[in-house]
Amino acid sequence: MEVVLATAIGVLAASGVWLLLRPRTFQVLMGLSLLSYAVNLFIFSMGSLSIDQPPIVVPDVPHDLQHYTDPLPQALVLTAIVINFAMTALFLVVLLALRGLSGTDHVDGQEEE
Amino acid sequence: MIGWAKAAMPHLIVAPIVLPLATAALMLFASERRRRLRASLNVLSCAAALAVAIALLLVVDERGAAAVGVYLPANWPAPFGIVLALDRLSAMMLVVTGVIAFAAVVYSVARWDRAGVNFHPLFQLQLMGVNGAFLTVDVFNLFVFFEILLAASYGLLLHGSGASRVRAGLHYIAVNLFASSLFLVGVAVLYGAAGTLNLADFAARIPQVAAADRPLLHAGAAILAVAFLAKAAMWPLNFWLVPAYSAAGAPVAALFAILTKVGVYAILRIWTLFFGVDAGESAHFGGAALTWIGMASLAVASIGMLASHHPGRLAAWGVVISSATLVAAIGFARPSLTAGALFYLIGSTFALAALFLLVELIDRAREVEPKVPLDDVDPLPFSVEYIERPDSNLDEDESVLIGRTIPGALAFLGLAFIVCALMIAGMPPLSGFLGKFAMLSSALAPQPELASDPLSAPGIAALAMVVVLIGSGFLSLVGLSRAGIRYFWAPQERAAPRLRVIETLPIAALLALCALLTIRAEPVMRYAASTAQALHRPAAYVDAVLTARPVERQ
Repeated sequence: MEVVLATAIGVLAASGVWLLLRPRTFQVLMGLSLLSYAVNLFIFSMGSLSIDQPPIVVPDVPHDLQHYTDPLPQALVLTAIVINFAMTALFLVVLLALRGLSGTDHVDGQEEE
Repeated sequence: MIGWAKAAMPHLIVAPIVLPLATAALMLFASERRRRLRASLNVLSCAAALAVAIALLLVVDERGAAAVGVYLPANWPAPFGIVLALDRLSAMMLVVTGVIAFAAVVYSVARWDRAGVNFHPLFQLQLMGVNGAFLTVDVFNLFVFFEILLAASYGLLLHGSGASRVRAGLHYIAVNLFASSLFLVGVAVLYGAAGTLNLADFAARIPQVAAADRPLLHAGAAILAVAFLAKAAMWPLNFWLVPAYSAAGAPVAALFAILTKVGVYAILRIWTLFFGVDAGESAHFGGAALTWIGMASLAVASIGMLASHHPGRLAAWGVVISSATLVAAIGFARPSLTAGALFYLIGSTFALAALFLLVELIDRAREVEPKVPLDDVDPLPFSVEYIERPDSNLDEDESVLIGRTIPGALAFLGLAFIVCALMIAGMPPLSGFLGKFAMLSSALAPQPELASDPLSAPGIAALAMVVVLIGSGFLSLVGLSRAGIRYFWAPQERAAPRLRVIETLPIAALLALCALLTIRAEPVMRYAASTAQALHRPAAYVDAVLTARPVERQ
């Protein structure tokens, strides 16, 4: 479980950084999205991984982290997803505006010579 | 005013966040065509926010050096609920923000708010994010306020559109989204290591973190610091700033002068809380790194200043100089040095905002050699083709330029430019010099721990700080006076500019405040000194936040 999650985060983050360093705006956008997925999974993993355990207190079950999963990282991930979604949409608009103004999808608005 | 403010405490603490939010929401009910209504709402709200900030400052100042006002927005005690806290530093930053916002909004009413849609709501949301970041004690809530202020700043930066703004905006957004990812990673690691998100609770828990988890904690704090350093425009993460700030519209750029200070504020607040003297093994972790990164940025920015032609780019490099000086000074963890830095922060932020507003008027008034491109490509200074005509002491009729009166408008622009230049370069007689002098005298003051070995690492850092600070002042003076000569002493064909009162008034007011800061330096310096003392002994702050009790339900 830990290995799978760690590998997933690593692959997503590495692909994200690689795409972020590319010269095309759409690649940068994809890179930022992949990076945000990696970050979201990372936050999630910080609450210690557990399977089949509720995040909300149930009667008759002792109140400790042996019997529950940490609800806080899940709440943080939810907030981060919403914010990131909005920012990605905004970036997409700016990307299209730059494409319209400069006629190229290079991040600097002009092709390299 | 104090009596009224005291009666409204502690609820007044949340006003700097709620007021801009409510104003922005209210504005959205008025259609874009009712520009005058929106503009007056914005001006009124900014004036009210400034009044609230001043009231909060007076209340905090009256209560004594270590006073902290705590507000529990959801009525849950720390560390479970989000906490807002007002201490001397927050109150000071709120006032600085309020002054700059008021000046920028008055200036924008003249023409800038017509350059695109929704200027006024975005402006208010920007203020909400900035004020929230200054007040919150919760690190994830700090992230949310950062995102609010960034989202609004994306809109404001693109205000007026145009290829250079969109291109600079794309880079600005990409860098900030990446920095936000780092912010989240840092927060997650810190939560994993210490198990809390409340800054005061962190301060209480960090001395007890197990030795095995300490490297994780340090790594998390360092990742978080990279995110803040990128927002504070520290080298090598500052290449986005100059194109973005010099492309932004004048009132927007003036307001942005406070944005890098939000990054500096976050570093100052979190670093002093996490790694103060009480942090056990982690005490002063990363201080040397802050100092050296700050000094490297200061050097880079001074060279950038020397390499710039256009006053807009000079002002943008001035922003980097200002925040680099602050970061370098914070890293020493000496209360007297931090006090000088806080004093410097107030004056330099006002001067930079005034310079951004001034640049637009200069651009409009002067027709400087059109060969110099104002865009990204800044040619090196002194390249032959840009040198003035050889007969530049003669006008177009070949008559000598000596003995003619300078038009009043031009005299105002010139004098205001001189004041800005003196403030940014930190030259006497204005308050920029006093702030730098306080930092220099503190850096050179004999330290008990350095008495045995003056050439240890902190001793060398202090000496380097003196050299870099004086050098950067000199280089910025060279850069700014060259621009001044080029723009005000060169002959030009166009008639003297017509200035509008509504545009000159904010500039004059900001510069008058800089002058006032020089004349009344003593109370401000005393305030800064006790602020720095409280920052470096955060026990009272931590205690106030952690012991705040929710209100009982009736």
